[in-house]
Order: sequence, then C-alpha cells, then structure tokens
Amino acid sequence: MPDGQSQNPIRTDVTIVGAGPCGLFAVFELGLLDIKCHLVDILDRPGGQCAELYPEKPIYDIPAVPICTGQELTDKLMEQIAPFDPVFHFGQMATALSKTEDGWWRLTTDMDTVIESKVIVIAAGGGSFMPKKPPIKDIDAFEDTSVFYAVRQMEKFRGKHLVIAGGGDSALDWTVNLQPLAASLTLVHRRDDFRAAPDTVNKMRQLVASGGMTLEIAQISGLEGSDGQLTGVVLKDKDKGEWSIPCDMLLPFYGLTMKLGPVAEFGLNLNENLIPVDTEKFQTSTEGIFAIGDINTYPGKLKLILSGFHEAALMSQAAHRIVHPDRKLRFQYTTSSTDLQQKLGVA
Amino acid sequence: MIVRVTDRGGVEHALEALDGWRVMEVIRDWGLPIKAECGGACSCATCHIYVDPEWLDRLPAKSAEEEDMLDGCFEVEDNSRLACQILMRDTLDGLKVTLAPG
Repeated sequence: MPDGQSQNPIRTDVTIVGAGPCGLFAVFELGLLDIKCHLVDILDRPGGQCAELYPEKPIYDIPAVPICTGQELTDKLMEQIAPFDPVFHFGQMATALSKTEDGWWRLTTDMDTVIESKVIVIAAGGGSFMPKKPPIKDIDAFEDTSVFYAVRQMEKFRGKHLVIAGGGDSALDWTVNLQPLAASLTLVHRRDDFRAAPDTVNKMRQLVASGGMTLEIAQISGLEGSDGQLTGVVLKDKDKGEWSIPCDMLLPFYGLTMKLGPVAEFGLNLNENLIPVDTEKFQTSTEGIFAIGDINTYPGKLKLILSGFHEAALMSQAAHRIVHPDRKLRFQYTTSSTDLQQKLGVA
Repeated sequence: MIVRVTDRGGVEHALEALDGWRVMEVIRDWGLPIKAECGGACSCATCHIYVDPEWLDRLPAKSAEEEDMLDGCFEVEDNSRLACQILMRDTLDGLKVTLAPG
C-alpha cells in the first residue's frame, strides 16, 4: 500500500531516520543479526549528502576503496544491503516520535506514514535537506500562500503571474514546465549564465526570444504585498539599481541546506544540534534510540563516513538485545559463517 | 598570519591562521558561525563571504565551479567568494573578509 494511505501502522524491528551512507550500512550490520529495517529520508533517493552535495566528487578515505564518488559509494552500499530487503520511505520527513502503550516506538512522517518499531536509529547527518530561504524581510508571511519552495501541484500556478528565481535545474525545469500555464512568467537570476542542463537553458532562451516569458538578470531584494498575498517583487542590480515587477507568486530555487528539523523535538538531549551518545552502544539519552554518523557527538568524534560505519556495527549489537532479547548474540565473521553467508545469499 | 573576519553583527575578529588552511576552516575552527556543510568540497555554497575590495586582486581567481556554486547564495556581490576556496598563504596575511547573510 502506498505511504500515507495505510490503514494500520507498519510494524518492523528498526526504523532508521536518514538513508545516507551510515543509515544504509546500518541495514547491513542489523541484517546480519536478523533485524529488519525501514528507512525514512526527506530526499527522493538514497545517499544523503553523498547523493545531494557531492555525487560526482571523489572520496579517498573509505577503507580499501582508494577512490569512489559519492554516488558510487551509495550505489555500492545499496548493492551490499539488497539481501536484507530494506524498505525505504523517500521524500518524507520524520516529524514526530512517541511511544505506544505496548512499548513500541511510533514514528510519524509528514506524509502520514506511521512506522512502529522496537528501536529507532537516527542517522540524519546534518539534518533534513530543506530549501534555502532567501534572507528577505517578512518572507515568512508569504510562504505557502504566495511563496513556494517546491511545486507539488502545477495547477496551483495556472493563470498566475509567476516569478521564478535561481539558475540551476529546478529553476529552469519549472520555468519551462510552468510557462504554458502561467499568465506571465519572469525568471530572475544573478547572471546571464546558467548551470542547469543546456537543453533546458536553450528552451528557456527560446521562450524569452518568442516573448513567452521574461528574463531578468538581477537579485531579489524585497517583496510587496500584504496578508500573505504577493503583489510584486523588488529586484536589484548594481548598475540598474532597484525596481519592482508585479507578480502573484514567487518560487525561489536556490538549492538545499541542512536543518535539524523535528528531530530536535524528539525529546533527546542535544548539544549544539548534535545528539550525545555513549561510545559502547551509540545510544542517546533515551533507551532504544540510537544515533550514528554526523548527527551524533562524543569525546573524540570525527565526522567521517568510516566512523559512522563503525558506530553502525556497535549500535547493532545493542539493538539486537532489544529486538531479540531471548536470543544469545553469536559473534561471527562473514568469511567463515555459513549462517551469515546464507543471509547474504552467497551460500 | 591573521585573517580579519567581520561577523554578521559587524564585529571584527582577528583570527590566527595557518599556512595552507582554507579561510572557511579558520573561521570554523575559531567558532564563528559558518555552516560549511560540505566540508570544503565547493558543493554547498554555505561558506559565502565578502572579500575586502583591496584584497580582491591578491586572491586566486574564482573557478567556474565556484562561480556556479555562488548561484546558491543570496546577496551575491562582485567581491563574493566561497571561503572554502581560498587557501591561506604568506601573501594573504591580514586578509579582510565579512560573513555574508545566511
């Protein structure tokens, strides 16, 4: 059943918040101990920072992998954890955590997915990737009525006078896609050069040439309107000064930035937006809730992927005691254990 | 060597810097607020600074990648740079920069 439409909560062993490299590797370590996982991530794909910030950039400090890109690391991890059939809930933010009457953790997302599990693992890195907000006075007052950082329903923009800001793929894709619906469309970018896909940039330039839209080389410096209804945006340029253009809606696309978000409301002790953990179990101030990777802190902490992998392995031992309290933990190596090899599908 | 950093409240801080350190790393190490999410990979545009005009010519030129990443910043000016792309060296002793809004 699709997310957000399930009549009953999903029940599983472990819910992992964050599908970056540490969250993914936790699936592996937990899987070897017969622990099943669901993962929630605000991005629409696995990899976290590796996928969002530097998919094409080389990483040189993964043990025994002299070089790989962020995307390659993600792809390899996905291949490595495939035998354990993790269930992903992408494009969703974990918004609330509570305890059920029978002692399970209940995690809810902003798409109303409800997952109940014995253990929570927070592997949320630097927090949730959220749209960068222009530091314009009073912009909050227009959000969700006239200012939108994402397009969920194109129909909302039909017949409106739109201003889109930015020079990347999101700005250019939505410029080209919304132009046929809009009453008018102005693209605002700080320079007459675009890092978006050349094909889309060409389409935009054709629309400008044919009079279908306007391109302004400027930056947005202010908003006009009242009661949440935009009537115009103020543009500025160092040569041309300031001027305003009328519009009903503004869509700023300046990329994403990380914010801790609702995890801060989960009732855990925090230290400067990081979650303190012990270095035996990587457990937080609350029993049954663990934190691994960039989001945790402890004496000597290094924000390295390899440290997060180590943390995932030790956390899994502690999680096993909670998920399978009746089972004795048997320490085994994948090289020699037929049992582990069967779980991995290689024996 | 020293980097002079003006924070968002207008207060100037003289920060001791080491040869080869990124200006972003100096700012972060001294605890001034700079997000620097990607850790210096020119991939996130969260270490935006303004360089004092008298120092601009002494800096290595922006790469095309840095110019692209500045598209993800606000209030971009001619003297905008990403602090992770400026490495300290003798000739930059005394460099003056200001943290951009954000």
